[in-house]
Amino acid sequence: MSLDLAIFVISALVAVFGATMMIFQRNPVASVLYLILSLVGQAVLYVQLGAAFVGAVLIIVYSGAILVLFLFVIMMLNLRSSADLGEPSPPVSRFVKYFVSCLIFLELSFIIRESLGAGSTTSAGIVTMADDSFGSVESVATLLFTRYLYPFELTSVLLLSAIVGAVIIARRATEDELPPQPEKAVGPISQKTNEGQE
Amino acid sequence: MLEMIIISSVKVIVVVVAVLTCCAWSTWLERKVVAYMQHRMGPTLAGPFGLLQPIADALKLIFKEDLVPKSVEKVTFALAPIISFVPAILTFAVVPFAADFEFFGYQVTGIISDLNIGVLFVFAVTSLGIYGIVLAGWSSGSKYSLMGALRATAQMISYEVGYGLSIIGVILVANTLSMKELVEMQGSDSIWFFQNWFVFKQPLGFLLFLTCAVAETNRCPFDMAEAESELVAGYHTEYSSMRFSMFFISEYANMLAVSAVGATLFFGGWQGPLLPSVLWLLLKMFLFMFFYIWLRGTLPRFRYDQLMNFGWKVLFPLALLNTMITAAFVMID
Repeated sequence: MSLDLAIFVISALVAVFGATMMIFQRNPVASVLYLILSLVGQAVLYVQLGAAFVGAVLIIVYSGAILVLFLFVIMMLNLRSSADLGEPSPPVSRFVKYFVSCLIFLELSFIIRESLGAGSTTSAGIVTMADDSFGSVESVATLLFTRYLYPFELTSVLLLSAIVGAVIIARRATEDELPPQPEKAVGPISQKTNEGQE
Repeated sequence: MLEMIIISSVKVIVVVVAVLTCCAWSTWLERKVVAYMQHRMGPTLAGPFGLLQPIADALKLIFKEDLVPKSVEKVTFALAPIISFVPAILTFAVVPFAADFEFFGYQVTGIISDLNIGVLFVFAVTSLGIYGIVLAGWSSGSKYSLMGALRATAQMISYEVGYGLSIIGVILVANTLSMKELVEMQGSDSIWFFQNWFVFKQPLGFLLFLTCAVAETNRCPFDMAEAESELVAGYHTEYSSMRFSMFFISEYANMLAVSAVGATLFFGGWQGPLLPSVLWLLLKMFLFMFFYIWLRGTLPRFRYDQLMNFGWKVLFPLALLNTMITAAFVMID
């Protein structure tokens, strides 16, 4: 039990520390790194709860793919400090941000209060699920393909439309869509002489 | 409890030391094999057949000056080699290296940790390996490094999809995610000891795995991240001395890890007649490593756009097709 508690405390501290540092960092790359640290801490917590599958998916999808893309974009834009991020946001939008954050915080604490009764609480105060198969590959798959089949399939349609949208935004204009261009002289030398005449 | 901790620690130490030793002599193997392919002798001076060359190399690298250019981001620059090194070693935690055996009266399982999601663990750890390369390239503050890191990122994200899908076929056939059970399933007592290997049930899956594995480890012909003819040395251009050698070792550790995973998933891991089980795994890993080196000795490098097209337009559809066909067969059974 003591080993369990030690693992829980350490990984919870790591997760919270990572999340806090992520917010307070000025350097975007450091923020991403702390977010990864936080995610790894959370994955350990999932594994400790018996939901090894959820933990592994958290690492594979978020740390392994999505945050790599974050880093990719930050590197492409060469953001090295908060100065590169542009103007600070206006006070109105700041107020909205605080309001929404408080709302989410209240919601979360409400959910946590509600769910405390659902599982059995061990002596160390760790909530464990009564069901052994909680979070295993089988139970997640069963839920996804029976009870939540339609929402699950709808999500894939949503993602597909997002992909199509991204492709449309990123594609090059075809020949006949381009605005008609004035005839240009070919080659750098003849272009230069044209400029000279003007 | 204490017994368990001691046995596990001993297993961890033995496996890590074995992997590092294999890494060192893989560099010797690579130099020797490539040399013979090019009608050269390769290393001959240090010891018989140049077998002591890795030790000489290690000493040379340790005593070299550790240069840190002015424009680097110090912390990430120091962290990057470690981040690229650790995931490569971590993979071996779930690779079954031998059959269960008895050691001084203790029953020892031939695997460090028999996770019931072992295959997923391998993917989780492999997907973290990219950060070493990305951070190295970004923190170096050099154009060549950054270009190498950008290429590596795009390449590894693209090929990870195919890499994951190529294994789904095996998982569907075996109906388990535990590496230990996967190996046990592929055993056979008959004279055709290889009849249950998954490579025969999943030939397309194996080819896809092999291709994606080469791309995942940034080896030739997919070594865009360190293409020396275009990018000097890619992401580790600014590294020297021990920091450089950590990248070097982690490349070989990654190759070994992929070889071990490939041998486990498709060639029955430690299963095999007569020889001790550890030797069988090492033999199969050696064949994978030789194949890697063979590729490097014979194939030219892909162009970057070819690489991306190949990943998304050839490998990805083929992997999906393989998954669908396998799923259909499993349904019919």
